[in-house]
Amino acid sequence: MKKIIKFVIIDILRNKIVLVYTLFLLITSLSVFNLEDNSAKGLLSLLNLILFIVPLVSIIFSTIYIYNSSEFIELLVSQPLQRKNIWLSLFFGLSGSMVMAFFIGAGIPILIYEPSPTGLMMLAIGCIITVIFVAIAFLTTVNTRDKAKGIGTAILLWLYFALLFDGLVLFILFQFSDYPLEKVVVIISALNPIDLGRILILLRLDVSALMGYTGAVFKDFFGTNMGLIVAFTTLLLWCVIPLGLSVIKFKKKDL
Amino acid sequence: MNLLLRYILFFTFFPAIAGTYHVGKKFGTQTIQQTINQASDGDTILVEPGIYHEKNLLVNKSIVLKGIDFPVLDGESKYEIISIKASYVTIDGFKVIHSGSGTLEDPAGIKIYDSHNVTIINNKLHDTFFGIYTQYGKNCIIKNNTLQSYAVAEQQIGNGIHCWKCDSMQIIGNTISGHRDGIYFEFVTNSVIWRNISTKNIRYGLHFMFSNDDAYITNVFKNNGAGVAVMFTHGVKMFNNLFEENWGDAAYGLLLKEISDSYIEGNRFIRNTSGIFMEGVNRVQMQNNLFKNNGWAMKVQASCMDITVIGNNFISNTFDVGTNGSLVLNTFNSNYWDKYEGYDLNKDKIGDIPFRPVSLFSMILEKMPPAMMLFRSFMVTILDKTEKIIPSITPENLKDDSPLMKALPL
Amino acid sequence: MITVTNVKKNFGKLAALDNVSIQCNRRECIALIGPNGSGKTTLIKSMLGMVVPDSGTILFNQKNIAHDWKYRKHIGYMPQIGRYPENMTIGQVFDMMKSIRKDESIQLDEELYVEFGLDKLSDKRMQTLSGGTRQKVSACLAFLFNPDVLILDEPTAGLDPVASEILKEKINREKEKGKLILITSHILSELDDLVTHIIFMQDGKLKFHKPIDALRSETGEIKLSKAIASIMLKTTP
Repeated sequence: MKKIIKFVIIDILRNKIVLVYTLFLLITSLSVFNLEDNSAKGLLSLLNLILFIVPLVSIIFSTIYIYNSSEFIELLVSQPLQRKNIWLSLFFGLSGSMVMAFFIGAGIPILIYEPSPTGLMMLAIGCIITVIFVAIAFLTTVNTRDKAKGIGTAILLWLYFALLFDGLVLFILFQFSDYPLEKVVVIISALNPIDLGRILILLRLDVSALMGYTGAVFKDFFGTNMGLIVAFTTLLLWCVIPLGLSVIKFKKKDL
Repeated sequence: MNLLLRYILFFTFFPAIAGTYHVGKKFGTQTIQQTINQASDGDTILVEPGIYHEKNLLVNKSIVLKGIDFPVLDGESKYEIISIKASYVTIDGFKVIHSGSGTLEDPAGIKIYDSHNVTIINNKLHDTFFGIYTQYGKNCIIKNNTLQSYAVAEQQIGNGIHCWKCDSMQIIGNTISGHRDGIYFEFVTNSVIWRNISTKNIRYGLHFMFSNDDAYITNVFKNNGAGVAVMFTHGVKMFNNLFEENWGDAAYGLLLKEISDSYIEGNRFIRNTSGIFMEGVNRVQMQNNLFKNNGWAMKVQASCMDITVIGNNFISNTFDVGTNGSLVLNTFNSNYWDKYEGYDLNKDKIGDIPFRPVSLFSMILEKMPPAMMLFRSFMVTILDKTEKIIPSITPENLKDDSPLMKALPL
Repeated sequence: MITVTNVKKNFGKLAALDNVSIQCNRRECIALIGPNGSGKTTLIKSMLGMVVPDSGTILFNQKNIAHDWKYRKHIGYMPQIGRYPENMTIGQVFDMMKSIRKDESIQLDEELYVEFGLDKLSDKRMQTLSGGTRQKVSACLAFLFNPDVLILDEPTAGLDPVASEILKEKINREKEKGKLILITSHILSELDDLVTHIIFMQDGKLKFHKPIDALRSETGEIKLSKAIASIMLKTTP
């Protein structure tokens, strides 16, 4: 298993797209920190970037990579290897190299300019979001044989998490605006890892005071150690559940 | 002869003025209270350095009580330290520490009862329940005092400078921190609050109610629990004050409630959750103010009318203006908004298209606070951009028709 | 050695394998032939565990292969189109496969590797290789671990005649060693001198499975292609 992970990582690190992605993150985060007059504000600008670009690249790149290595996967499956191990190795290899790209591209600037707990939190959330969207890509590809369809699904899923979900939330809030929804939105936020990640970081920045009573409810919940554990467990579930489902599916898949 | 006559006249008619008493170890064991009891109106009592346990020092004569090198009056956390029950009293240069506490009697470091022309100057108050408390005072001067207390909870501490039913007060150059409200005005008229610094008080830096025709000028209100509250008043002049870092869930730089015919000019609002929150405000002129790095620069509730906002700078605020109504009866004109994205073809330094300072998301938030969950999401950014191009929900007439292209030098 | 019993597999409505039963033994060299879409590759993949049958069992050395994966170390598989991580060199691919199938007891068989001259190309990236060279890599990998069973899917397709001849000789040598060899191909004449048995499939059904001698004597044809053609004529009404 370790061998396959190593080979996948070596293969991806030679990939130009990952290199471009890393450089892009590096250049933008460096320029964001240099342009903003204080690094906390830089962190805020970087937040939007991370929650937008990172899921997109993670899900699309992973989807394409898995489709492109379908023959390689076939080759591996014909070898005396457990299917579960093949799939997990691929996952760890892919998510490992994407996290590495994120860490070099965004993590190092964060550590240089804003080595605060908030910066570290941002780093952690960026890494987890990367892994989550790789996992979602795995679930997408295992369910769709057709490459074009699979990539389309991946883009749609990204659009859903980045945009449509929030629109839906807004719609629901309007429909039920007569009810006290402050506590409900805490649960709703757990249904989208991007929202959850954003709220966790915003709560650590001063702007949290702007969030009024809702912010206070969020803070009461996510601000405590217990809440933080719950939030990170939720994020972890967002990695484990799609991955687990994809493993079950891959075990029975015809290649 | 002439001179001699004058001397005789002087000592005959004003014997008290020349009377000066000393209190201190080298002058025997007499206490300050005993000295006051001996003195008569117009005398001066000089107090040597040292620690004095006078329990409750009662000043009931028109005297000057002056400390040399800040003698300490210790209330042992049991007593009101100085009670002034006479007019024309001056208290100068004392260190007043550890007053009693309790919500029934409102004990203070220095309290003025029903008197006029009292001057409290150059004192240091430390760990007092109320700091300097005036009730039914008139023409009193409270100047250059330092008040420091250590409030933990609102109900366990009084206010720094507290004035109740007073007139023509001058509160000048005091530094107040760690109280409930830094400066508290209730039913105080024709007074001025000038060059004070009020910081780190747990409720308001300045709490101001039913106090008409007052002015507060060039004060600093920084880092107070809920900022500054000015309520139920008309004819207030607020000039050149600094409202800074009043940051918290329910904090305002300046909270205005039921205010009319007032002026807000040349103030700076920096890093407040809401720079100004207005409710029931009428006929208020706002000019040459700077709003910078606030959450909301201004929150104007629909109950406000005839507010004129002219020539102010709005820079780096998360939201410039928030409102909860669609009908707007206020005027915004010739302000500088850093979010303005218009152009100036005729180079008259005035933008050619109007600026709408209310964003769609801030409107949504007014209706549905839980939508804050989507704060800074991509969705919201798109909504705001769309609304800027085609306004639909934001109030049609809340706009600045002549936005400035460059910030005013404020 | 490999026993396929009543295996069924549907892809949607299409019956890729319809109640197929086969017994393959050591020392046999079986040609799996049939028109395109007849289920050859599906059958092979079922044996390799890459396709999971809807029903029926496949035994490898009397052990059911379902939920097993260790049996595959006795199989060398050469896919129809071999694709490998594009950024790896030939040498790295071999190193990777060796490390994946690492087993001290196995004597590596690098005959083909040398005969194809891949040792001289070992620094070439996979993405720069021609289809034929990739086929060579696939072939070498199939034989590399000296497996008891060789499953070769269209082995000669895309190979130049020289390479094709080298491969055929290699297959012959392995057959002599007593291995089971399964080859799918639709170019029949190439297989003439190699195969001992023929499995003919059509529309997912097993049409026949016979030793080649029996086939020749039945039809009276010497040439394999003609023998099969005459059978097909007989079976199709």
